[in-house]
Amino acid sequence: MLEKALVGSKRYWTWIFVLLGIIGVAFLTYLQQLKYGLSITGLSRDVSWGFYIAQFTFLVGVAASAVMLVIPYYLHDYKKFGKIVILGEFLAIASVTMCMLFILADMGQPMRVMNVILHPTPNSVMFWDAVVLSGYLFINLVVGWTTLGAERKSVPPPTWVKPLIYLSVPWAVSIHTVTAFLYAGLPGRHLWLTAIMAARFLASAFAAGPALLIMLVMFVRRVSKFDAGTEAIQSLAKIVTYAMCANVFFFLLEVFTATYSNIPGHMAPLKYLFFGLDGHNALVPWMWTAAVLAFMGIGLLVNPLTRKNEKVLPIALLAVFISAWIDKGMGLVIGGFIPNMFERVTEYTPTGREIMITIGVYAIGSLVLTVLYKIAIAVKESTAGEASHH
Amino acid sequence: MNRRQFLKIAGASTVLGLGGASAVNGFRLGVPAAARMSLDPRALTAKRWGFVVDVSRLRTEEDYQKCIDACHNIHNVPTFKNDLQHEVKWIWKENFEATFPGTEHEYMNAEFKEKKFLVFCNHCKEPACVRVCPTKATFKREDGIVMQDMHRCIGCRFCMAACPFGARSFNYLDPRGKNPDGSPLIRVQSQTYPTRTIGVVEKCIACYERLAIGQQPACVEASNGAILFGDLEDPNSEVRKVIGEKYTVRRKPELGTQPSIYYVIGGSEHA
Repeated sequence: MLEKALVGSKRYWTWIFVLLGIIGVAFLTYLQQLKYGLSITGLSRDVSWGFYIAQFTFLVGVAASAVMLVIPYYLHDYKKFGKIVILGEFLAIASVTMCMLFILADMGQPMRVMNVILHPTPNSVMFWDAVVLSGYLFINLVVGWTTLGAERKSVPPPTWVKPLIYLSVPWAVSIHTVTAFLYAGLPGRHLWLTAIMAARFLASAFAAGPALLIMLVMFVRRVSKFDAGTEAIQSLAKIVTYAMCANVFFFLLEVFTATYSNIPGHMAPLKYLFFGLDGHNALVPWMWTAAVLAFMGIGLLVNPLTRKNEKVLPIALLAVFISAWIDKGMGLVIGGFIPNMFERVTEYTPTGREIMITIGVYAIGSLVLTVLYKIAIAVKESTAGEASHH
Repeated sequence: MNRRQFLKIAGASTVLGLGGASAVNGFRLGVPAAARMSLDPRALTAKRWGFVVDVSRLRTEEDYQKCIDACHNIHNVPTFKNDLQHEVKWIWKENFEATFPGTEHEYMNAEFKEKKFLVFCNHCKEPACVRVCPTKATFKREDGIVMQDMHRCIGCRFCMAACPFGARSFNYLDPRGKNPDGSPLIRVQSQTYPTRTIGVVEKCIACYERLAIGQQPACVEASNGAILFGDLEDPNSEVRKVIGEKYTVRRKPELGTQPSIYYVIGGSEHA
């Protein structure tokens, strides 16, 4: 089926080459990082994880969100998702690919990455994260490719793939749970030491992931003959709505516990994020932007009039997506390191080169996604064409 | 076997997970690892090594600096001029509030408030850094020393996120390199301990290499009695005697990592 990605319009090829160009520049920047180490980033002794790990965390959520299509379609036989479930699975593949690249970009000794497999360490959450992420990539590759291949031949997918599809449901939950456990089990990091983290991760993932998917589906509808259908989009939009409400609710629970208990250590990182601490307030404008966008997004999505308006819907979804990205892709990871173990504030800002490498990884993800979507849409267009001929 | 052959074997055994600390030892002494299989008869051993830091005996700026320099010089810890962001340190000074967060209060006397403490890796009995390391590069020895295999570390920095004491430093820059002004990061290279490479995490190793040849840790030796070192599980050890007699505190005991550094705070006359 790969050959379908080799035939495309001028616009398609322009997009591919733009992405390749960005990847090229980012790769050259990465070569500098290989040479000069992570000193080219804004990371420090106090804030030892930053932009890369934050993107990784956020994208694990986007990957996991494919389950929001798999459950209704495969477990509840919700036929309307039949056309787009493959797009969810392919988005998961692109996201997990980016997750792995971000981990690699963050490593001080990337050429030793195989040590994780050579010396398997079950007591390390990071070992399990590597296991569940590669497993999830494998499951989605096999399921996505097999079901699409079957669709191309207009036959039902082979029966052996069914158990794998069912397995993908708990597996999706596991990838984001284990990612939350990277943080939630560490002593002495007050912002992270919270039992609700995995639940909040899943809630924000099930908001941001499907929000992105709807925007992609609406874009695909504009550039191809493939239409996912209004009902599928609206159902997904409702999932985004409830998930985002849960996400904000869970966050407010964190705020209550920290502030009503009045324990200084628990309040300090939240104070830093939203009001600044000891005169340091780099993230304050970002966090308030996230808060405003969250409530704006929820407001527009809860109201059926605005949700059903296809001009307003993308704005609402974009608000939710950016809000979740700021919250998880910046606030959560950086906030966990501030204040530091000596109750002092060292701030962190990603450097230009760090941002360039990050953009490069997103470009690789976009390339993977473009190729996979091109194939999926080509298959769907041709089968739809045949169906109308019959 | 010449040096080159030895390095090959040491490297391969590290990759296979056989070498670890012995590979480092062999490199340091320039003799084959096999020749060092038997324990040096002078070696100091314990069930669980621990420290007592009596800050009342650290009076002048020089008292502190001697301990810090002793450690950093023999272990080739790089000195970064005006680059706190990328700093590497194994032992350093902190004030009361930073050492024991949450215990300071507004009426505390000025002497305590200003008092400096020496902080370094706590060699916890339940080390969070060891628990999270995905490659066992950070590990705890049977004698309680928490250390790391610099050849196995992948530089993921999970241990830095996990350590509640900020004991760990990452080599953001090549420690064998230079400051922006051209001066080398390692001023005088010590031959007793290997330099590290870029992209790995490091911290205090309780001078395991000195214990192996019967010497006390460098900071202990330079402290003029302010830092004591001994077996916490031996009731007759000096550290246990002091802990038994005086009021001592540990950093962040509520986190359950069970630090092995005990601080005598009040000074002998108030104890």
